[in-house]
Amino acid sequence: MSTALYVQLLNLVAGAFLLTAVLILWRRELTAIIDVFALQGAALATLVGIIAVAQGSAELGAVALGVLFLRAGLLPWMLRRAAVAAGATQRETRPLVNVVSSLLAAAALTLLAYAVSQPLVELAPSPSTHAIPVGMAVVLIGFFILVTRRLALSQLVGFLLLDNGITAVGFLTATGVGLIVELGVSLDVLLVVLVLQVLKTRMREAFGATDLDELRELHD
Amino acid sequence: MNAPSLFGTVGVILQLLIVVALSPVLTGLMRQIRALLEGRAGSGIAQPWRDLRKLMRKQRTSPRGTTEVFRVAPLLLVATCLVVTAVAPFVTTASALDPVADLFAVVALLTLGTVALALAGLDTGTAFGGMGASRETTIIALVEPTMLVAIFALSVPVGSTNLAAIVTSGLDDPAQVFSPVSLLAAVALIVVIIAETGRLPVDNPSTHLELTMVHEAMVLEYSGPDLAMVELASSMRLTVFLGLLANLFVPWGIATSASPLLIAVGVLAFVVKVAFLGGCLAVGEVFLAKLRLFRVPELLAGSFVLGLLAVAASFFLA
Repeated sequence: MSTALYVQLLNLVAGAFLLTAVLILWRRELTAIIDVFALQGAALATLVGIIAVAQGSAELGAVALGVLFLRAGLLPWMLRRAAVAAGATQRETRPLVNVVSSLLAAAALTLLAYAVSQPLVELAPSPSTHAIPVGMAVVLIGFFILVTRRLALSQLVGFLLLDNGITAVGFLTATGVGLIVELGVSLDVLLVVLVLQVLKTRMREAFGATDLDELRELHD
Repeated sequence: MNAPSLFGTVGVILQLLIVVALSPVLTGLMRQIRALLEGRAGSGIAQPWRDLRKLMRKQRTSPRGTTEVFRVAPLLLVATCLVVTAVAPFVTTASALDPVADLFAVVALLTLGTVALALAGLDTGTAFGGMGASRETTIIALVEPTMLVAIFALSVPVGSTNLAAIVTSGLDDPAQVFSPVSLLAAVALIVVIIAETGRLPVDNPSTHLELTMVHEAMVLEYSGPDLAMVELASSMRLTVFLGLLANLFVPWGIATSASPLLIAVGVLAFVVKVAFLGGCLAVGEVFLAKLRLFRVPELLAGSFVLGLLAVAASFFLA
């Protein structure tokens, strides 16, 4: 793969990665959010795949396949199942910050990500490190979703977005953190989603809804 | 700047002729596609021209109590469209008026037309005119920054806000066209163009329902030749915007030198690109419902963010 093509593809996938994060913030329907999240998983896997091909590393290629399976297949599938179990078409009708403001906040967060990751980029300027701000922006947007949404499921998506961003930054800075570490992190994420899903089911059984704002006090 | 060449002058005249002659046909084509998809026979793609001819033959009237603002607005609207058509790189990049084809000048000219129409809507003093003008002003206040930011993102890699320079550099370096910058800017610009030309889901061009109309409410008081001018101008705006979109993101086919063959190819490419984009827009509209007016700022804020991300990306993914 020529360098020009590599840079081109890397930038394109990074752009798609960021675009999906903004779309998740933009949409209200949970099903649409989950679809876009699956797309973002695919974009992340492609990003890892491109780095793998550029370096000719089979190990990284295997990681890319693993990322594709977990983040574009398994996690969205579990989220979809949870959404169906929650019944009806759930919508994020009134997030703590309204959609217009949160989109503008996303723009500000992207600029912030650019500012804070500048020292990192300057350590070793290369096409892949130049895309670090994108990963950082996805981390910040994910965190923003985590704190401003009300439904448990969309907060879960925010958490997974955060993790997608961290993974992307990991691959862009160190071109992978090793197969074992990546495997461990992926399993952790999977476990978190499983635990939260169980928790969510219990919450619904106990309170009839998963709108976290309705939980005023602790029960035993 | 070099003196305007014969080639440049020919290019300008060709662009004017094509846009004026074919923009009502584009409107007709879009209505026809929509009709066919909805299972109606449709009135044919030449219908807008027949309407214009009919309106042109009628007597000029103007409502009692209106001032010059009302009478000048259609002329101003058509004039700004004609100037933009003459300077923008549609058929050839070597327009005789090339130095004027600046991004900010073009956007300002197009806004001037909209503002003229909004003032005319207010000038009639009717409830609908004022309502339409107020809505249009709300939309345009959100649209303009987005449009500027989106095209600005495209001009960063080129280092110039001259439209012809942006198009030429896209031709020289195709890699630039498929960068995340132009991807994000394209999405932002498409949303903005839909809002600006009053298509679904922002405005429904084929309704006169008082609760929903925006553009139609402003031009409600026009009739005869004035209405014909307004209709022609709104088709021309659509053509101009689609042409800009096509040539900024898919610049291939545009004539860069003075051979008659290249110019012919340029004309053909322009017509095909705009017709294709118009067709896509018409097909898309069949599946869309109009957005509530209060949801429109959300859509436009989204496209503004995409435009801003495009600018940011043009700096950090360079």
